[in-house]
Amino acid sequence: MLAMRHISKVFRTDLIETHALRDFSLEVAEGDFVAVTGPSGSGKTTFLNVAGLLEGFDTGSYQLDGVDTSGLSDDARSRLRNEKIGFIFQSFNLIPDLDIFDNVDVPLRYRRMKAADRRERITSALDLVGLGSRAHHMPSQLSGGQQQRVAIARAIAGDPKFLLADEPTGNLDSLMARQVMDLLEQINEMGTTIVLVTHDPELARRAQRNVQIIDGQVSDYRPYEPHAPAAREPVPLAAGAGA
Amino acid sequence: MMSYYLKLAVRSLRRSPGITSLMVLAIALGIAVCVITLTVHHGMSSNPIWWKNDRLYAVTLDSWDPERPADEDHPELPPSELTWRDAEAVTRSDIPLRSVRMHKAGGVLSSGDSRVPARPERVIARMTTAGFFDMFDVPFRYGGGWKATADAGPEPVVVLSSKVNEQFFGGADSVGKTIRWDDREYRVVGVLAPWHPAPTFYDLNNGAFDDPEDIYVPIGWTEKLELPSGGNTNCWNAEDIQSFADFLNSGCVWIQVWVELPDAASKARMQAFLDNYVAGERRGGRFKRPNNNRLTNVDQWLVDNEVVGNDNRMLVALAFAFLSVCLINTVGLLLAKFLGHAAITGVRRALGASRRQVFLQHLTEAGLLAAVGAALGVVLAGAGLWALRIMYATPRDGFTGLMHVSSWSLMITVALAVCATLAAGLYPAWRVGRIAPAVYLKSQ
Ligand SMILES: Nc1ncnc2c1ncn2[C@@H]1O[C@H](COP(=O)(O)OP(=O)(O)OP(=O)(O)O)[C@@H](O)[C@H]1O
Ligand SMILES: [Mg+2]
Repeated sequence: MLAMRHISKVFRTDLIETHALRDFSLEVAEGDFVAVTGPSGSGKTTFLNVAGLLEGFDTGSYQLDGVDTSGLSDDARSRLRNEKIGFIFQSFNLIPDLDIFDNVDVPLRYRRMKAADRRERITSALDLVGLGSRAHHMPSQLSGGQQQRVAIARAIAGDPKFLLADEPTGNLDSLMARQVMDLLEQINEMGTTIVLVTHDPELARRAQRNVQIIDGQVSDYRPYEPHAPAAREPVPLAAGAGA
Repeated sequence: MMSYYLKLAVRSLRRSPGITSLMVLAIALGIAVCVITLTVHHGMSSNPIWWKNDRLYAVTLDSWDPERPADEDHPELPPSELTWRDAEAVTRSDIPLRSVRMHKAGGVLSSGDSRVPARPERVIARMTTAGFFDMFDVPFRYGGGWKATADAGPEPVVVLSSKVNEQFFGGADSVGKTIRWDDREYRVVGVLAPWHPAPTFYDLNNGAFDDPEDIYVPIGWTEKLELPSGGNTNCWNAEDIQSFADFLNSGCVWIQVWVELPDAASKARMQAFLDNYVAGERRGGRFKRPNNNRLTNVDQWLVDNEVVGNDNRMLVALAFAFLSVCLINTVGLLLAKFLGHAAITGVRRALGASRRQVFLQHLTEAGLLAAVGAALGVVLAGAGLWALRIMYATPRDGFTGLMHVSSWSLMITVALAVCATLAAGLYPAWRVGRIAPAVYLKSQ
């Protein structure tokens, strides 16, 4: 379970203070598939970065899988991130001079894992996303959709509990977006908790739960109830957002 | 993990061959220049007989002009050589374990045997006393030095350098054979093994870094043959010199005198002996300058005679300045390179790399660069030293002697440069570890 309570995050630049998150509370239960929507600049990416331990926060508390994350050293945060969290980005962010195999290998390298084990995981992750035969292609030799699938393979190779995806379909056409979405659903069914930031209401509708962030806050925060209905009606989206 | 970092480093260096070769070249050039100057400097400043530094002393007395010092630049120093008569008097003392008086001479060496095809050869001779070889630990290939009785005789004996023995006897054991020096025959009593003291501390007057002499002959022959000095002769007053005997009696200095004093007590006694001798001469009307009778050990002797010039030290400083410029350049390039790939580092951080791991990864890259640069630097330095040798080494020149000590300075400089490059890599590696990954992930 991922539990944020009363988190605030302020960006200070020379001229202005931006309250990217204010009194932000959210809980994501194990096995959930949560779609996060909200207007641009509302704090969605900031939320994912805090959730993924890429960024700290100013006040509040954040528990990741039962571990209180405040006051952890960089080493501990990195280990936690490596073991519990997989990231997927809008722009794929594959490492251009590593081939597909080595890209998927990256998170595994930061654990002390035997080469044979790593190979096995990489192969099965690539098979899952349907790119087993492309292991030794370079990222530039793949289409955008394929690259994003490699990124997904990389995110799940370490078998994390949480998958954090920031507009993973933002750079893809609708057909490829749907394929990626299918893949995420499949991964969720296998037990991985997914938090998906998207502007696409159609994709959001496919998630079990929708959360809207407006102005650094969850607009419809409800503490997690174990027996609440899994899926709910999508929250109306901000005007103008469309596929 | 190390092997992974190495693999990444190789990849990263290969990805941008231009910048990589620039950095490697910068490091290599810096190292090469330092190794070359250090080698030359070390060769020039080292005491080639350091193990006897507390036993060997050059003897100097100030018999110079009462009006001005022998060397205006160093008024505190007496002349570096002695007059013939003072040298004779001083070496007559039995306080030193050994004492030597000597000077350089010239002449032509030819085979005493008409069957030997070697051509006559201009040579440099050292007219010296029997103690020379033991005193300066001169290595012999065949035979040995002559007996003290041969000095005064004088006996027609000679010690050959290994080079001359090679020329006239094909390197064979020539002890007992004869050789002609000018118009007399001398019996070979010893042949030296190759010997390249650099500098030739015992006589720094002509070419401190030249090879030592070709032949060694008892100094008694100087008087008998009326040999002029082939080295340095300095006179200060207008004396009426009509004959060789006049010259030997004159105030001209041209004889080097060294003594071996095994302990402080014998040194003190020798000093007293010198002072006493000079006091006696003063009564006879000589030595009108302040008392300045010195026993100087080899280290100090090299300093007094400015074997290591300021130019040379300046050059070493410049070389290190050059190395630091090269390294600063490398820091800049590394920093630009590492920060240029900050987005990729951001991805690694997101996938679980800690700051420490990112730091180590980049430090490995800097280390690899340092190693490659150092290796190339050593090769360049080798080539540079080789070229120097080709350019400056005449057959007579002792530049080769300088190169013998290069491994020492090589190791120092390479260790230094690898450390320096690693240090140069520290800051960029640290910087790249500090970047907030979120910022770089978003900017894509
Ligand atoms: N590093 C930063 N420095 C200063 N301000 C920042 C920084 N990162 C984000 N912000 C500000 O915080 C607010 C929230 O940004 P965030 O990126 O979380 O929005 P978002 O909801 O992801 O928007 P979008 O849908 O456009 O991606 C914005 O006003 C942004 O300007
Ligand atoms: Mg965003």
